[in-house]
Amino acid sequence: MNSVRIDIIGAGVAGLCTAKHFIDRGCHVSLYAQSMGIDESCCSWWAGGMLAPWCESESAEPLITRLGQEGLTFWSTHSPELRANGSLVVAQTRDRIELEQFAKRTTHHESVSATDIDRMEPDLAGRFTHGLYFDQESHLDPREALQSLLSSLQDSTLFDLHQGQHLDAHQRQPTPKAQWLIDCRGLAASDELTDLRGVKGEMLILESKDVTLNRPVRLLHPRYPIYIVPRKSHQFMVGATMIESDDKRYASARSVMELLSSAYALHPAFAEAALVEVGTDVRPAFMDNLPRIRRRGRTVYVNGLYRHGFLCAPALASRCVALTLDGIVDNEVVDENTD
Amino acid sequence: MSLTVYGTELNSRLLLGTSLYPSPKIMLDAIAASQCEVVTVSLRRESSTEKSGNAFWSLIRSANVRVLPNTAGCHSVKEAVTTAHMARELFDTPWVKLEVIGEDDTLQPDVFGLVEATRILIEDGFEVFPYTTDDLVVADRLLSAGCEVLMPWGAPIGSGRGLNNRYALTSMRAHFPDVPLIVDAGLGLPSHAADAMELGYDAILLNTAVAKAGDPVAMARAFAMGIEAGHLAHQSQPMPKRDMAAPSTPVFGTPFRD
Repeated sequence: MNSVRIDIIGAGVAGLCTAKHFIDRGCHVSLYAQSMGIDESCCSWWAGGMLAPWCESESAEPLITRLGQEGLTFWSTHSPELRANGSLVVAQTRDRIELEQFAKRTTHHESVSATDIDRMEPDLAGRFTHGLYFDQESHLDPREALQSLLSSLQDSTLFDLHQGQHLDAHQRQPTPKAQWLIDCRGLAASDELTDLRGVKGEMLILESKDVTLNRPVRLLHPRYPIYIVPRKSHQFMVGATMIESDDKRYASARSVMELLSSAYALHPAFAEAALVEVGTDVRPAFMDNLPRIRRRGRTVYVNGLYRHGFLCAPALASRCVALTLDGIVDNEVVDENTD
Repeated sequence: MSLTVYGTELNSRLLLGTSLYPSPKIMLDAIAASQCEVVTVSLRRESSTEKSGNAFWSLIRSANVRVLPNTAGCHSVKEAVTTAHMARELFDTPWVKLEVIGEDDTLQPDVFGLVEATRILIEDGFEVFPYTTDDLVVADRLLSAGCEVLMPWGAPIGSGRGLNNRYALTSMRAHFPDVPLIVDAGLGLPSHAADAMELGYDAILLNTAVAKAGDPVAMARAFAMGIEAGHLAHQSQPMPKRDMAAPSTPVFGTPFRD
């Protein structure tokens, strides 16, 4: 069979999801990655892994919620590690107004009482009197999810992987055999997408045997809202700051203090937790913080996923496939389509 | 009708903050909708290196408005002075909104530190917009130090409460009739801004009330309208409150009755 050949550069969540969608359509995919495997060099490594389209609608545009629901469906079939326990949003008594505001600006939630919270999250018993429960949301471990997606791609005879590549200019042209080049390099693509900017995020991994959580918990606060996502081996991801900067060299002491102090406010046992990782990376974002697909000739850019990489990458990938193979243009995400 | 601060004439009496918006695009749209001519920019979090944050700053420059850098989140004189110097280099302006925080829960200004930092900065050639309380003695010290504008709080930063102490703000206006006075912080609604303008304040500085509204762009416009309404009302010599009703149409001898 003479299948369509696709080159993809970038092996973060956008690159892998796009590869998966093309392979599902019978295309031959060559994936070029700078890294030697799924590792900390990609922004997706540091993600929270919350699949929370309705929680996100508190501050994100409705488009994110729509794309995010497709993401939720994708991961529930492509990530064996996905946990569909919903998400819980709480605030301390003095910040109850934040909870009311959050409820007003989101949908698909129910109010939960102290008794409900105690039942859902026994370790938070007695700590919060009110909360919101989003029962249709899920979470996953981004590192495991990327790995299993890559493994499933490698099972396909249509897929080949080129790691340790220097993705310099000449490689940013489709190879002679390929019909399309899909550029999923994230912030590195700002050399060609000049309106792309970096939004720095800092996160922590804590390890504590004294706390168990069954689902992501968002703790609202007028100054330092955080979320905590439970992972395997008694670990918890605590995130994440949002700073207008593209400097990812260090996490600032201030940010780490804020994240730790909020984790401590959620449960005092976090004070005794091991601080396993302090992570810093820079999310690629456009001006409106919405993702985009841009076609320039035979090159298609999938970028600007901001803090919604896992949530929105599957929907972007399917639109990228529709654009290239079927000529279907979704004007909500395609903002450039030139020959 | 315009307002002059440090020799600069401003036609809009709204100064808008640039933090906390859902996206830079919404921020730019809100700035445009408000027709403000001055935006405040916080330096602390976006400025760990010269390069980082550049994208955000070019964005602000693209809004074509005057930048009033601020020292938000500074807790000491030294910190505030250093931040002000960084801001001057970066934005090439002598203007600085000086914030020295004294109490973390209320974000209340440390007025002692504020006066000290003001002296140092004015000596260094800055044009200081001090974020202060409604205390008249502090206001007097700031003016003696060389400030040509004062920015008393309406209520604690980000609290959205409106004018917490109308009496103090009224007496501040009466005490300093010729000094440009800008209510900075604590407002939540356009009616709060109109209230301050009706008291005779010259302008309003705010951020959270617009940025954290469900529709920041519409709220920016609403504030601009509230400010203009309050300002016009103040200039129109409002009628006094009366205890007794005074009919707008005479009823004496009305010939027809139902």
